Amino acid sequence: MKLNDWIKNKTYHHSDFEDLDALIAEKEKKGLKISLCIPTLNEEKTIGKEVVIFRSELMSRHKLIDEFAIIDSGSEDKTREVAASFGADVYLASDILPSLEPRKGKGENLWKAIYQLKGDIIVYIDADIKNIHPRFVYGLVAPLIYNDETKYVKAFYDRPLAFSEGVRSSGGGRVTEILVRPLFSLFFPDLAGIIQPLSGEYAVRREVLEAIPFPIGYGVETSHLIDVYAKWGLSAFAQTDLDQRVHRNQPTRDLGKMAFGILQAFLKRLEMMEMISEMPKMQNVLKQFVAQDRDFEAVDYKIVEFERPPMNTIPEYLERKKELGL
Amino acid sequence: MPNIDDILKKLDTYESKIHELRELILANIVMIGEIPSPTFGEKNRVNFLLERFSENSLINCSTDEKGNALGIIPGERGDKNIMIVAHTDCVFDEKIDHTIAVQPQYLSGPGIGDNALGVATVASLPNILEHLGIKPKSNIILMGSSQSLGRGDIAGLRFFLEKAKLPISAGLCVEGVKLGRLSYSSIGMIRCELRCEVPAEYDWTRFGAVGSIITINEVMNRILEIPLPKRPRCNIAFGSIEGGKSFNALASEAVLRFEIRSESGEMVSNVFKQITDITSEVSSFTGEDITLNVLARRHPGGIDFSHPLSSASRQILSKMDIKPRISPSTSELAAFIAKNIPALTIGLTTVENIDQLDEKIHIDPIFSGIAQLIALIEVIDRGDLIEA
Repeated sequence: MKLNDWIKNKTYHHSDFEDLDALIAEKEKKGLKISLCIPTLNEEKTIGKEVVIFRSELMSRHKLIDEFAIIDSGSEDKTREVAASFGADVYLASDILPSLEPRKGKGENLWKAIYQLKGDIIVYIDADIKNIHPRFVYGLVAPLIYNDETKYVKAFYDRPLAFSEGVRSSGGGRVTEILVRPLFSLFFPDLAGIIQPLSGEYAVRREVLEAIPFPIGYGVETSHLIDVYAKWGLSAFAQTDLDQRVHRNQPTRDLGKMAFGILQAFLKRLEMMEMISEMPKMQNVLKQFVAQDRDFEAVDYKIVEFERPPMNTIPEYLERKKELGL
Repeated sequence: MPNIDDILKKLDTYESKIHELRELILANIVMIGEIPSPTFGEKNRVNFLLERFSENSLINCSTDEKGNALGIIPGERGDKNIMIVAHTDCVFDEKIDHTIAVQPQYLSGPGIGDNALGVATVASLPNILEHLGIKPKSNIILMGSSQSLGRGDIAGLRFFLEKAKLPISAGLCVEGVKLGRLSYSSIGMIRCELRCEVPAEYDWTRFGAVGSIITINEVMNRILEIPLPKRPRCNIAFGSIEGGKSFNALASEAVLRFEIRSESGEMVSNVFKQITDITSEVSSFTGEDITLNVLARRHPGGIDFSHPLSSASRQILSKMDIKPRISPSTSELAAFIAKNIPALTIGLTTVENIDQLDEKIHIDPIFSGIAQLIALIEVIDRGDLIEA
């Protein structure tokens, strides 16, 4: 599929799917089960609203979601208490697959959701969204429900101000525009058509999730796109415009750490796919600087992009899958 | 005093059963509260409410030329009509951040209590009645009224009551705050906007040229000198003032917004006349153009303290150990009073930071507030109490 055709045919707006009755009828016709996972770490300010809105609108009022879980990395605030007080199923990531050495990172929670949840489709939503709305979920799962060929649906936000010869301008963030999109343009030009490759909201079929590795840190979204593209091609993707997303802004220093993690996952894939050869041994320490008057001090951050293997290589998962009849 | 013991006995059960719908009620508050809805710009909030009405299979779901949202829960007999009204507009501009925060004990955000909670309660009412197994004999007309606040002058509800063919037995105005509030009478009120403008040909070099801010200050000082009686109670509330553009340029325009309120309609008219005289006098010696516009007017009235409906409302609050705070109102209630329809305004929960951007409403009292509303609907639905 050519990039322009893909953008034209597989880029949606959430309002395309606002007829929830029709969507649910199609979901039931196809016998699909949908699980919603929210990975959390210290999100007590926003998690309550996500739980209330999704449970009320997409589980009680409309039966779109069959299962809804919070998977927490060990929050030190009241995230787990707040979520549970509004009726959510809350899991501590380290309690899932306890025989494995626990790792800390968002990707770990996403990966463990594959084991814990039973849906044919899992939709992941970040916990820090202030303006949460049911569209965040139905806009992402609908392309999977309506189109069997689609396997991975990614969110994007912010309406572009203008159209340029039919191609929408990007609404990506800083790391997307100065790192990820240039890298994709160099090595995987098709993936440069994904407007917000780093958005934390996506819906994916189980058959895809269980077959790809999961970096546990910053590289998880980037590596997903490359791995799914390598295995199933561009036509497996779709993307949905969810309008505005209000969330806290990250300081530039944190973006540096994010870029460092993404680069590790990206370069590892280039090497695995033999797109570059003889990579030198890379360091995993990011140096940043703090300045006080005229004194500059280097601060080292160790950022290791540990990767979980595809879930379908974990014996406990294969056993659970058999038990649950998935 | 009417015997409503059978209804009072059910209040505890109502509260706990309404609590079972917490998620639905909170989701409605959040989703309604996050839709900006300034007066005259209520369309999106009204559309959301209409969607909720349609989803709940209300009949006659519609909007009208004033932008009200209307839907009817048909009664078992349907020979009488009870109106439940919440104003959909709020005082905040659409440009401000309307994000609502949800915490286990409270919700916070602009306009959450006034009146996202009231509108959400109206939106949730069909689900609540169904959950409680209550099937009123009367039709329940649910309304999200538009153009209520400030310059809106309760135009939405007044329009409906003027044009609707349905006879209304009684009205309940639902305000988010404050639980315990009971209003069954309206005071006399005139809402005014006073504008001082320097005419284009004004001679800024003349002795004593001071600009509009000083002029409006002079008018305010003169208004404050008006003697106001203790009985009937009367006051003048200065609500907002604006004028000028910089630190050192004399202001060419200034605006004062205020209300004259009294238990006596005659007193309101007298004070208004005195203010009119003051503006003419100040205008004549300053050379500025001063205009006094009336934006809204209310006449005193309402049901008595001993009316079965007001008596029942106090019994319901007392049964829930909530102290009634009885105060007159100049909001939706006045439109019912003008049509001689018995009506009450009630509040639903407790609040902090009222009217601020971080207004905070407490979750637990909401279920008592809604139980109160349900009990009142049952009282009115009996008919015999209201017509007593």
